[in-house]
Amino acid sequence: MMDMPFLKDVLIPPLLEGLVVTLKLIICSIPFGFVTGILIATGRVYGNRYISFLCKVYVIIFKGCPLLMLLFIIYFGLPSLGISFSPFCAAVIGFVICNGAYNSEYIRGAIQSVKYGQMRAALALGMTMRQAIMNIILPQAMRRAVPGISNEIIYLIKYSSLAYMLTCIELTGAGKIVASRYFKFTFVFMVIGFIYLMLVTIASKLLGMLEKKLEIPGLIK
Amino acid sequence: MKTEDNLILKVEDIHKSYGNTEVLKGVSFEVKKGETKVFIGPSGTGKSTLLRCINQLTLPDSGRVWLHGEEVTHSGKNINIYRQKMGMVFQNFNLFDHLTALKNVEISLIKVRGMKKKEATEKALEELKQVGMEAQAGLYPAELSGGQAQRVSIARALAMDPDVMLFDEPTSALDPELTGEVLEVMKKLALGGMTMLVVTHEIGFAYSVANEIIFMEKGRILESGPPQKLVNNPRFERTKQFLSRLSELYKLGDEK
Repeated sequence: MMDMPFLKDVLIPPLLEGLVVTLKLIICSIPFGFVTGILIATGRVYGNRYISFLCKVYVIIFKGCPLLMLLFIIYFGLPSLGISFSPFCAAVIGFVICNGAYNSEYIRGAIQSVKYGQMRAALALGMTMRQAIMNIILPQAMRRAVPGISNEIIYLIKYSSLAYMLTCIELTGAGKIVASRYFKFTFVFMVIGFIYLMLVTIASKLLGMLEKKLEIPGLIK
Repeated sequence: MKTEDNLILKVEDIHKSYGNTEVLKGVSFEVKKGETKVFIGPSGTGKSTLLRCINQLTLPDSGRVWLHGEEVTHSGKNINIYRQKMGMVFQNFNLFDHLTALKNVEISLIKVRGMKKKEATEKALEELKQVGMEAQAGLYPAELSGGQAQRVSIARALAMDPDVMLFDEPTSALDPELTGEVLEVMKKLALGGMTMLVVTHEIGFAYSVANEIIFMEKGRILESGPPQKLVNNPRFERTKQFLSRLSELYKLGDEK
């Protein structure tokens, strides 16, 4: 089973290239997914009737449809409307839309868990609704949303492999090419699986540290 | 018109219903500069709602509120300016949980008043000192006792240099040992000339500090008057009853 020359000379170089693409996909998607989540959640809780409704529809649609389908529409469907993206961009857009929809649900729950007294106190000091949301509600809500968002980031690491379906050769795609050529599916995908496992472990560790760092002293969770 | 200059707050015929329950059935009163008015009355008579109607945290169905002759009700976006001038202290403190005591006081100075960080810190520390909390400036709300938290929240409200302070049952969430330190701060404020509206059951505080005690029941002001008169010689039997119940529960005359 263990074939060192194959691993070292044939498999690792393309996998490393693929890994770089995977990391790029993830790193590009996380911040936008995060911001999308905040905007959608805030719009849903504090927006007027129309904004709130639009945000709700967004969540229903993108939480409800398969990510792969979304990616196909963005990459293969939109060009017929004259909008075309590179495989990488199409993948990131799809990930951000999907990640944002899920994040927004965690953040919405977190916003609603902040006691109304906090808002009341902020308004009583003369803050505008917007100032209160930005300075008082969101900083507290985001802390509570960290575990959920961490989960989404971990999902993102794994579903980034779908980019391969748009011919964006990332880790899984790079492995698939090698595996097909040398007919070593089990070995190659076990190596890839191990790499994903490492990525997820490192991410979990980092996110755990972040959560710890953001903890509010004295509050028992 | 000297008397009008002295008038800080005017509340006129406030009505408020929640569903079919009419909580406030037309409440009017006036507050002069430096006065302390204490609202007493059974629970559920709309005292807290009344305070919240004054700074529009709760919108009254009808009635008007003026601060320094300017209308607070129907003031649209200007409401934020009026709220800055009306400090509010809540039963449950409502300190911002994610901020230290110092930052709780600082934040509105920076965000609302647009003060520089350094200046705001100085002022915040000054306010914390006023309530004897400067030593705990770096602690978070969850690390403070109830009495300490309430004192910080008083400092937070005072930092905006309000014209009037609204106290909504400031000691009701505190155990008896801790009410003293909060009442002490409030007493100091009142004696220092702050204009205050206080909803409380602390009849001892009302008796020794208030210029006027207002007895509310069922959404109306039943009677009001200077403490000595209202406590010793109430007009209505109902007032007498309620006051004697309060005096049994809370010590009258001296509040530690």
